[in-house]
Amino acid sequence: MDRNGFEPLILGFACNWCTYAGADLAGTSRIQYPPNLRMIRVMCSGRVDPTFVLKAFARGVDGVLIGGCHPGDCHYMEGNYKARRRIHLLRKMLRDFGIEPERLRLEWVSASEGARFAQVVADFTKTLKELGPLKKDAKIAVSQQD
Amino acid sequence: MAQKPKLALYWAASCGGCEIAVVRLYAKILDVAEAFDIVLWPCIMDFKYKDVEVLPDKSIDVCLFNGAIRNSEQEHMAHLLREKSKVLVAYGTCAYMGGIPGLANVANRESIFELVYHDTPSTANDNGVRPQLSYQVPEGELTLPEFYDTVRTLAQVVPVEYFVPGCPPVREQTEAVLQAVMEGQLPAPGSVVGASDKTVCYDCTRIREDKRIRGFHRPYEIIPDSTHCLLEQGIICAGLATRGGCGAPCLSVNMPCRGCYGPPPNVFDQGGKLLSALASIIDTQDQDEIERIADTVPDLLGVCYLFGLPASMLRRVRQD
Repeated sequence: MDRNGFEPLILGFACNWCTYAGADLAGTSRIQYPPNLRMIRVMCSGRVDPTFVLKAFARGVDGVLIGGCHPGDCHYMEGNYKARRRIHLLRKMLRDFGIEPERLRLEWVSASEGARFAQVVADFTKTLKELGPLKKDAKIAVSQQD
Repeated sequence: MAQKPKLALYWAASCGGCEIAVVRLYAKILDVAEAFDIVLWPCIMDFKYKDVEVLPDKSIDVCLFNGAIRNSEQEHMAHLLREKSKVLVAYGTCAYMGGIPGLANVANRESIFELVYHDTPSTANDNGVRPQLSYQVPEGELTLPEFYDTVRTLAQVVPVEYFVPGCPPVREQTEAVLQAVMEGQLPAPGSVVGASDKTVCYDCTRIREDKRIRGFHRPYEIIPDSTHCLLEQGIICAGLATRGGCGAPCLSVNMPCRGCYGPPPNVFDQGGKLLSALASIIDTQDQDEIERIADTVPDLLGVCYLFGLPASMLRRVRQD
């Protein structure tokens, strides 16, 4: 259920070789998908440092999407496997931080999967609308008077 | 004779180890007493807060402040000492990054009080007595400092000139810092002093080969080889995400680095970097196996942010 027209803000990291090209294809094919995603191109999903994701959440984004090549297809042989290990640990730690692990999503989208890219963004936006906004750092109460 | 520079030391939310670290200068402590006029050091000498309150602003040359800020008294003293000091130093990991008390940021005041004043088996508190900010007795009003929900670092409360990391800072580094203060050889404000710009691995003498592991162990679960890298043996060592300068004393007694010197230069989030390193050395590409290996770490947040939760990017666990 949509919480009073809440529009989630999603930060995306897309690998240059597959997902970014897939997003490009979605665009050139004029496939419609929700405008909630802000995308950053990185050379490989293995380039995405967990610190980037933590910083995004600290700054208040509602979800982070990381897109890489399908397993076995990584341009750098195994960067996507590294991403898979990192994201698994990071999701585990986000749960400890009280941030729903569903807010961090890792997806494999190839350069030919424009429609799938649009589907992933639509699906993730829907998930985040159901979750509602991220609990913000600014709401941290220090004193009883706050 | 020229007036001696004034030195103050204060103890906020910390265990007292930092006080010991200063006393542990041994005979050199006499040089410190010789060089400085000590105006506040509640742990060692008898001073009252009002002695500090009457000092003119900026009259204390150096204040070594240890401990995080988690109640109103500590916050008041942080502001007071900031006002009275020319140079305020966050001395020790608690003041620098929150330290062990900073782990309370996984909880909040209510759950801590519930545990301490009710749940612990050794507590008999049938009337549910909790600390009150003020209480009326026939003699007048009694007050207590307010306990906060969130632990903060010193720099999150007042501006700080220098940071001396360490739980506690090692003797040689404390000595070097005080020496630098006496000689007026301090670097640019905002710097971390009394530590190196490299990681603990640089100080560690263990043999490093190939880091590929199929499971993590806690230190008590195995007897590690004392000559090889502990991380290669599956014991989580934070050395590679931690600033050096301590001389790696933990490693020399077969214990892993826990990260007390904080992140190395240009790293914004120590835990994120440690997590990244741990993920990198897991030797599998299979999702189920990754999950199995990840589950061998019982408390990922606790391991990654043992000393720096309040200074981390997310600062605390989110609450409803």
